[in-house]
Amino acid sequence: MTQMRSQEWWTLAVAAIGLAVAAAIPLYDDGYYLSLSVNIAIYVVLCTAWTIFSGPTHYISLATAAFFGIGQYTVGLGIESYPFAVLVATAGVIAAALAIVVGMATLRLSGVYFVIFTLGLAELVRQVVTWLQTNFTNAVGLYVFTDFGEKHVLWMLLALAAVIYATGWLINRSRLGFAMRIIGNDETVARHVGINVAWSKVVLFAVSGAFIGIAGAILAPRYAYIEPPSAFNPVLSFQVVIMALLGGTSRLWGPLLGVIPFTILFDFISAHFPNHTSLLIGFAFVAIVYALPRGVIGLVDDLRRPQAGAEKARTSAEATQ
Amino acid sequence: MDILITGTVLGGTYALIALGLTLQYGVARIMNLANGENLVLACFCAFWLQAAAAINPIQALFLVVPAAFVLNWLIYAIVLTPLVRRATHRGQLEVDSILVTFGLMFILQGVMLLIFGGAYFSYNFLAEPVRILGQNYGLNRIVALGAAVAMFILLYGFLYRTRYGTALRAVAVDPAAAGLVAIDVPRMSAFAFALGGALTAAGGVLLSTYYTFNSAMGVIFTMKALIIVIMGGVGDVRGAVLAALLLALAETAVASLVDPGLTLAATYGLFILVLLFRPQGIFGRQAT
Repeated sequence: MTQMRSQEWWTLAVAAIGLAVAAAIPLYDDGYYLSLSVNIAIYVVLCTAWTIFSGPTHYISLATAAFFGIGQYTVGLGIESYPFAVLVATAGVIAAALAIVVGMATLRLSGVYFVIFTLGLAELVRQVVTWLQTNFTNAVGLYVFTDFGEKHVLWMLLALAAVIYATGWLINRSRLGFAMRIIGNDETVARHVGINVAWSKVVLFAVSGAFIGIAGAILAPRYAYIEPPSAFNPVLSFQVVIMALLGGTSRLWGPLLGVIPFTILFDFISAHFPNHTSLLIGFAFVAIVYALPRGVIGLVDDLRRPQAGAEKARTSAEATQ
Repeated sequence: MDILITGTVLGGTYALIALGLTLQYGVARIMNLANGENLVLACFCAFWLQAAAAINPIQALFLVVPAAFVLNWLIYAIVLTPLVRRATHRGQLEVDSILVTFGLMFILQGVMLLIFGGAYFSYNFLAEPVRILGQNYGLNRIVALGAAVAMFILLYGFLYRTRYGTALRAVAVDPAAAGLVAIDVPRMSAFAFALGGALTAAGGVLLSTYYTFNSAMGVIFTMKALIIVIMGGVGDVRGAVLAALLLALAETAVASLVDPGLTLAATYGLFILVLLFRPQGIFGRQAT
């Protein structure tokens, strides 16, 4: 137990140094590297929030774009009448409410139903928003004018990342985290020892959705002009899934290992071969399944403890149930 | 009346796609999320055959459907069989196959984008009016419906009246038990996957005669097909046809009475009702 403690202190120290270094980036560069850092920060936030729910439950959520777009729209609609901080909080609440409704309808059923439902969720919200806007307001797009620059966005995202990591860590230590580990290993066992399986999943999905909504709200000033096709872009959901799985979802910091290389690669591909991005996404999915079923983090674990690798592979295969 | 006929035509095409998917998921146990891309590919093939070789879409069916059968057989044999072998239980196969078919979906979409670009395509085939009960309809839509009905009858006869079809249904019910009565389960799974792909391609060729298509629309069709499969009950042929008609009618009604931009909302409304009240499908029995 004492050894665990010291390891936790080390993790905390490394995380704090990492955050400080990332927060110092705007002091040295305000062009390409700052913008790339913001991109990386976005995906770190989204993928980690995604992992909070999908890591332990193994449900593949494609609702990211829906929550993200809701966050942007909350800011876009309210920016002229309310302070930014209030809107960010509201975005979290609305996204959590949507997650609870969707979770109650689908999380009692098998994983496939959940995937299909979330696959269309962003498109559904987009249609409804477009319809409401064309019928009840004059314009389809919204302008968001604020004093925030790229560096402010980066700092807010880093703060959010810190909150997400802290929340994830606290959940892991709580009764809910323990319950989730049991559910992830064997749902029938979990039900028999008296865990409210459906409710635990819904709570976790709401937490994850709220963070994604907040991330969308924080990013609204960066885009300045918000319209349904870009706010609810379904590709975002897929990118988040790939990056998180590429990094590995068995730890909270796993997605980090996938986000950094993939964002840089994606940035390069979309700058030089704009028509090849969907091919890249496709091959990344196939590569994950065949070459890295447990993500980069699985490789790291194997290298650190070669003899435990085989056993780990077996248990994680069982955990995928 | 207009809604009824337009909805039925659309429903016939939806049913073909959904039947393809229900065979792939019900028998081969592969949730094929690249099914919509398969459909779009067939649309483009029909377009290309019409434009380059002056082969009309009905003749094109006889070329495209066998080609799709072979292509899907190859996909199953090369891409999916290693996963089926590796999977220790059904849950793992489900997650793996979802991820791989997502990969396939993006790869096929990327290839089509490179070849055809993102523009919308359509072509003229039998665009002559037919009068039914005082209203004009395109002859192409009526022909598409007729072809779809002919294919259901063939499929139904195959599944319920032949030994091979019965074996296929046995695998859908229980792969382990089917193996015990000397049914070659891996072969049947590959066959069902390929047949499903062929049906979807047939739906694609018919769809292309009256619908405007582009490289990126596959996902929407995959989603609708999945919703139909769940509504009808996984592996249930009659359920899929009925659910396809229901969904197409609801969509057409919403598009013409409320707003064409809200068709997906209609689909989702139906989907939620089914999930809440009959998650086992319209004709399904409660799982014990």
